[in-house]
Amino acid sequence: MLHIVNKSPLDRPSLDAVLQTAEAGAILLIEDGVYAATKGSAGEAKLKSAGGKFKLYALAPDLEARGVADRVMDGVTAVDYAGFVDLVAEHKASQSWL
Amino acid sequence: MTIKKFMFVNRKAPYGTVYALESLEVVLIAAAFEQDVSLAFMDDGVYQLKKGHQTKGIEMKGFEKTYGALEDYDVTKLYVDSDSLAARGLTADDLCVPVEVMSRAELGKMMEDQDVVLSF
Amino acid sequence: MKFSVLINEGPYTHQASDSAYQFTKAALAKGHEIFRVFFYHDGVNNATRLTTPPQDDRNIVNRWSKLAEEHKLDLVVCVAAAQRRGIVDEGEAKRNGKDATNLAPGFRISGLGQLIEAGIQSDRTVVFGD
Repeated sequence: MLHIVNKSPLDRPSLDAVLQTAEAGAILLIEDGVYAATKGSAGEAKLKSAGGKFKLYALAPDLEARGVADRVMDGVTAVDYAGFVDLVAEHKASQSWL
Repeated sequence: MTIKKFMFVNRKAPYGTVYALESLEVVLIAAAFEQDVSLAFMDDGVYQLKKGHQTKGIEMKGFEKTYGALEDYDVTKLYVDSDSLAARGLTADDLCVPVEVMSRAELGKMMEDQDVVLSF
Repeated sequence: MKFSVLINEGPYTHQASDSAYQFTKAALAKGHEIFRVFFYHDGVNNATRLTTPPQDDRNIVNRWSKLAEEHKLDLVVCVAAAQRRGIVDEGEAKRNGKDATNLAPGFRISGLGQLIEAGIQSDRTVVFGD
C-alpha cells in the first residue's frame, strides 16, 4: 500500500496514524506533509523511529516550494510528479490520510 | 459486476466540517453498487459514532440515524480503533451502533487487504 | 494503467486541486489513461467558469477545462454537492428554477455512482483533499 500524507506532523496526527497503523509499504509526503522529512524536525524523529519499516518518499516540487529541498533527511527519496505516478502504479492501492 | 473491497476511512469529527456526512452518502452509494464495503473510524472520526447527537441548536441535519441504517444496506463491517476511543474517554458502549473494536495493527491489516481506500 | 482521481477541496484555499492537476498531467504524459476525475465536497467549486484570478496567478478552472479538451477527460462534478454550493448547468438551472448557469467547459454534473464506478473500473484511485 502507498500511504500519502499531506499534513505537517506538527499540525495533525496523520503521520502518527500511518506509522502506528500501516503494516508496511511506502509513505509519500506531499504538500505540507513534506515538512516531516526535514532534518532536525520532530517529523524526522518519528520517521526514524519507524526503523526502515516503510520506504520513504517526498515530493520534490513541494519541498522546493517550501524552501526545504536542501534539508531532506537521510533515507527519504525525493520524487517529481512522474515519480508520484510511478509509486501509485507500483502499489496495489493508495491511501490518502486526510 | 465486479465486486471490489472499498474501505472508507473516517478520521474527522462530525458537524465541524461536512466530511462525515458527505462520506456517509458515498458509503450508501457503494452499498447500492453491491460492493464489499467497510468503514474504519480512527482519531477524531470515532466522534462520528458517539451516541446522542442533538443538532437542533446548531440548525444542522443530524445524521446519527444513518449509521443505524447502514445495516439495512448490508454494511456491517464497522471497525473502530481502540486507541482513538481510549484517548477520547470513550468505550464501545458510548457508540450508536455495534462495531468491532480493534488495535491499530489489526486495522492496518484490514487496510492492506483493500482494493480502493477512500477518505474525505 | 487506468487511473481515477478524487478531489475533495475547492481551488485556491487548499493545494489539493493543484496537486491533483499535476498528478493527472504527469500520468497522461506517462501514457496512462485517466478514466475519470471526480469532484466532491468543496471540490465542486473547481468547476465554476466565473473564476477570475489575477493575471499573474494560475487559472485552476481553465487549466482543468483545457486538459479535459486536450485529452478527452471525463470531469464529473457531484450533483448533490454542486446543488448545495451553487454549481449549475442548464439542466440543473431548469430543474431548480435558477436564472443562471456557471459550469465550466469540459465538466459535467452527475451522481455519486460515478465515483464508485470509477473505483470499480480503474486500476488505481487517488484521493486529494484536506
